[in-house]
Amino acid sequence: MKRLQPWVAMLVVLAGGMLFGYGLALSTMISPEVVLGFLTGNDYGLTLVMGGAVAITLVCYQLAPRWMDSPVMDKQFMLREAKLDRDTVLGSVIFGLGWGLCGVCPGPAIAGLGAGNMDMLWALTGIFAGAYLQGWWANRKSAA
Amino acid sequence: MQTFFPHGWGHYLAGGLLIGAGVSLMFLLLGRIVGMSTFFSSSWSYVSRLPYFQQAPLVQTRLWRLVCAIGLVLGAGLWWWLSGPEQAQHTLVSPARLLVGGLLVGYGARLSNGCTSGHGICGLASLSRPSLVAVLIFMAVAIVTARVFAFISGGAV
Repeated sequence: MKRLQPWVAMLVVLAGGMLFGYGLALSTMISPEVVLGFLTGNDYGLTLVMGGAVAITLVCYQLAPRWMDSPVMDKQFMLREAKLDRDTVLGSVIFGLGWGLCGVCPGPAIAGLGAGNMDMLWALTGIFAGAYLQGWWANRKSAA
Repeated sequence: MQTFFPHGWGHYLAGGLLIGAGVSLMFLLLGRIVGMSTFFSSSWSYVSRLPYFQQAPLVQTRLWRLVCAIGLVLGAGLWWWLSGPEQAQHTLVSPARLLVGGLLVGYGARLSNGCTSGHGICGLASLSRPSLVAVLIFMAVAIVTARVFAFISGGAV
């Protein structure tokens, strides 16, 4: 039985997050102008960022559970459960409206701070508020 | 190439591969699937008593999701320190747009249970059909929105 020390897990997550953040900064995705440049058809760089990230992750997600009984340090591989329902569609439309309006999505909003982009605090405030409203609304619906 | 990638293409691909490496590392070693938008809800569990935010899947993962977000900041900070420009990054997109856009991004990502990293990277890499549909929808809506906005504002960012 593997016994994962919590601090070891935290170090791994920190390292994974750092690779993620470094990649977002290197690929200039932390700059809303670059993202908006993609959305308006002036620079297709974002397709390479997504493509590169998906390619590596695809190989890992598909092969690791076939080749290994469990992750190297922990007990089991998580499964990403997703269902296609009204919320998925409606949420994606709302997300697209916001992303197209400001050129910022959750990862770059957080990583941008590390490159000293304090304007991202506006976006982060908005995202936190949006996440709260969604939880508040879901809560109200389930209580009713 | 110049038409599609006026700023070159190498750094885009390299950055994407690094993002994939980070996501893969957390899966290979810990079995964790990490999208960034859940962090915004799991962090509310620290301060909000609402039952929605006190659900086990949010409370039990809130600490490592916070650590991952700190990693994102540190990673971008490392890039800035090693190779970035001397000045801090800033954006010409107005605070109002960032705030309103962010609000929609936060609400929408949480309602649809994923964002560009959750549906886009983790979902597609899981060969999940709902995520593929989500990505196609938010890409199409964002492309139309950005173009309409650029048209209205006379081509400015």
